[in-house]
Amino acid sequence: MAAFLIRRLLQSLLVLLAMSVLVFAGVHAIGNPVDVLIGPDASQAERAQIIASFGLDQPLWRQYLLFLKNALQGDVGRSFVFSAPALGLILERLPATLELALAAILIAIATGIPLGLWAGLRPSGIAAKAIMAASILGVSLPTFWVGLMMIMVFAVQLGWLPASGRGPTTLLFGVPVSFLTLEGLQHLLLPALNLALANVALVIRLTRAGTQEALLQEYVKFARAKGLSNGRIIGVHVLKNILIPIVTVLALQFGAIIAFSIVTETVFAWPGMGKLIIDSIRVLDRPVIVAYMLLVVVMFVMINLVTDLVYSVLDPRVRFAGAGGQA
Amino acid sequence: MQIKKTAFAAIVAVLALSAGLVATAPAQAADLRIGLAADVSSLDPHYLNIAPNIALASHLFDTLVAVSPDGQLIPGLASSWRAVDATTWEFKLRSGVKFHDGSDVTAEDVLFSLDRPAKLVNSPGPFTSYTRQIVGKRAVDRATIRLQTAAPYGPLPLDLSSIFIVSKKAAQQASSEDFNSGKALVGSGPFKFVRFQRGDRIELARNERYWGDRPAWDKVTFRIISSSAPRLAALLAGDVDAIESVPTADIARLKNNPKVHLEQKVSWRTIFWLLDQSARISPFVTDKSGKPLSKNPLQDIRVRQAISKAINREAMASRTMEGLALPASNIVAPGIFGHNPELKVEKYDPEGAKKLLAQAGYPDGFALTLHGPNNRYINDDLIVQTMAQFLNRIGIQAKVETLPLSVYFGKARNGEFSASLLGWGSLAGDFALRTLLGTPNPETGWGSWNWGKYSNRTVDGLVQEALASVDDARREAAAKKAAAIALGDYALVPLHHQYATWAMRKGLRYTARTDEFTFAHQFQPQ
Repeated sequence: MAAFLIRRLLQSLLVLLAMSVLVFAGVHAIGNPVDVLIGPDASQAERAQIIASFGLDQPLWRQYLLFLKNALQGDVGRSFVFSAPALGLILERLPATLELALAAILIAIATGIPLGLWAGLRPSGIAAKAIMAASILGVSLPTFWVGLMMIMVFAVQLGWLPASGRGPTTLLFGVPVSFLTLEGLQHLLLPALNLALANVALVIRLTRAGTQEALLQEYVKFARAKGLSNGRIIGVHVLKNILIPIVTVLALQFGAIIAFSIVTETVFAWPGMGKLIIDSIRVLDRPVIVAYMLLVVVMFVMINLVTDLVYSVLDPRVRFAGAGGQA
Repeated sequence: MQIKKTAFAAIVAVLALSAGLVATAPAQAADLRIGLAADVSSLDPHYLNIAPNIALASHLFDTLVAVSPDGQLIPGLASSWRAVDATTWEFKLRSGVKFHDGSDVTAEDVLFSLDRPAKLVNSPGPFTSYTRQIVGKRAVDRATIRLQTAAPYGPLPLDLSSIFIVSKKAAQQASSEDFNSGKALVGSGPFKFVRFQRGDRIELARNERYWGDRPAWDKVTFRIISSSAPRLAALLAGDVDAIESVPTADIARLKNNPKVHLEQKVSWRTIFWLLDQSARISPFVTDKSGKPLSKNPLQDIRVRQAISKAINREAMASRTMEGLALPASNIVAPGIFGHNPELKVEKYDPEGAKKLLAQAGYPDGFALTLHGPNNRYINDDLIVQTMAQFLNRIGIQAKVETLPLSVYFGKARNGEFSASLLGWGSLAGDFALRTLLGTPNPETGWGSWNWGKYSNRTVDGLVQEALASVDDARREAAAKKAAAIALGDYALVPLHHQYATWAMRKGLRYTARTDEFTFAHQFQPQ
């Protein structure tokens, strides 16, 4: 176990290192942020001075080594635009994104599982066919289009919900959250639904497949033979067994949801990390872009690690191979 | 029965009257919510010289010299100014102006604010371009300051319209973070700071002690909605009361929407082509089979003139720009200092253009790649495509390549293009000429955006003369003359001045500004 953990952490460090090289080189290839940011009346001398003060006149490898040195001391750079530490800027917006992602996951679970169960139990019914057709739409419609349509219908035409932004926030354990007020919830609903959409479809399909498979299993037949009620069979025995893959997939999806929230956050002007990274790319705010990418890599690595560990707890058949390997 | 009717009528009349009274009495809390198109990155008014930050700072701070909605210089914190001699300017401060914390605005605060831009380190877009001409400054008394320039310099008042006056007491020890938290945000502007939630919103409250016109709003909330469709949706859904930079494709439809009111104005931004006029072989000019030419045809004035004659500016303005442009003959927009009304918009003349090309030795034309940004100016990629069509018609085989701004500016600056699209907003003709068409020189800072490497001693001399005149009439005459010569050389090929558009809910009015800034204090309930 310890060997496994150490190996995984080392691997993660290598991934981080490779990622930082790629991002650094990629952003460098795009252009120079000073060209975008500099005042129109600045002279060449001022321009040269600014470039030098940000170290952008140095060869790329030297800039990278300096970045590495600072990063090892916990400093991944200061935003050119905001004049604030890049990591701090991202962490400042993390709660908004996390809140959105969690809400989306909850919506996916709360709507996807019942609908999927229904479709799995009565696969030939009209409702089941409608649910499956809708789930295909859910995975294939582009997020930004659905988002704009939601705004047009629910905000502009019907006027039920606000079109954009995050509502008032209240502090919960020192973290600003918006789901504690009605207005905040109203702001949260449309973007969370938008972000949840593809995942609702995913959960529906997983649940349906799992249900149909489970219904054929011996333990269901045995439960029926014992005379258990239909509700208990489905609600306890079937559901319990099909939840394992769904929870696994959703855990993995969580990272993807945070990463994909860029689109939703842009459409709904939700002040999260996604909107920050888009705005930063627009003006080539290099430290923020690099810090964001690295943070996302760390997040994915952590999620995968935790998932693997949870696996071993859930299923004793999963064993961690030592350094020697095992068939 | 009769009595009853009369009583009823009286009640109705009283009700109507009181309703009218309620409507005319000042509303108990007038709030204004504005959707902004770009993020305000810092509240430090001297940190980053970009339009969104300047627009916001204009609510909290004053400048010595202000700019009217039409782009003219008007008194700000300085009630008057004059050139004492060729290198000395004197500014008289308005009396009785208070900062938000209640302290007086003094000459000392002004001097401190003029010094501050040079002291800030690590600004990617510093304000020092507006203070570097000042070599000496002193307060004659509490209300008079004198500024010394190294050489005669006419545009100093214009420069000072970009430097916000902060409270020395509050800002002396403050970092940019202290400004963002509001701690050091002590100005004398029409609004006070309430709250800044980065990337999301900024809240302001009216400054009851403001020396100028009282804003109509108790509270103003700016919401950052950088994508255009969601911004418009926020207006239509009633989330905000007004938005800036309305997406052009929707303007025609909005005009027929009874709930929405639009305000438009010719912006100071001129869109034009910069053509590579250097002696080298230009990278994107070839013959029609793709082989490099022996010399750069764009160096020939007849070729540049042919390119200008090939453009149907009326069609470009009405079709490509959907009516949101005014065909241009100048570098600066009409009404801006140095605009030369004697210059006429070039007539569309494809036959004449072909003749000129033939005379220049290119009867069959050549091939040229047009470069432009695709996320900066209104319909910028469409402009480049339309231009390619116009050029094809006179025999120049034109290709199109548009790039995101972050990539485009850097490459253009490195001289990697032959024909590049640029938009420029300036409040003075001589300023624009110096930066866009002055002979590039790192020593003087001239020609820092002169991508075509145009160089003309006469123009340089006239621009120098204009900049060195502290007498406005002489200065403007020299600037106009310089513009006439440079445009006669087809140093750049002007296309149009774009219109700026604001949309707001019915019942609101906005004094549209030529500098495209959105100022809450210029919104009025109807």
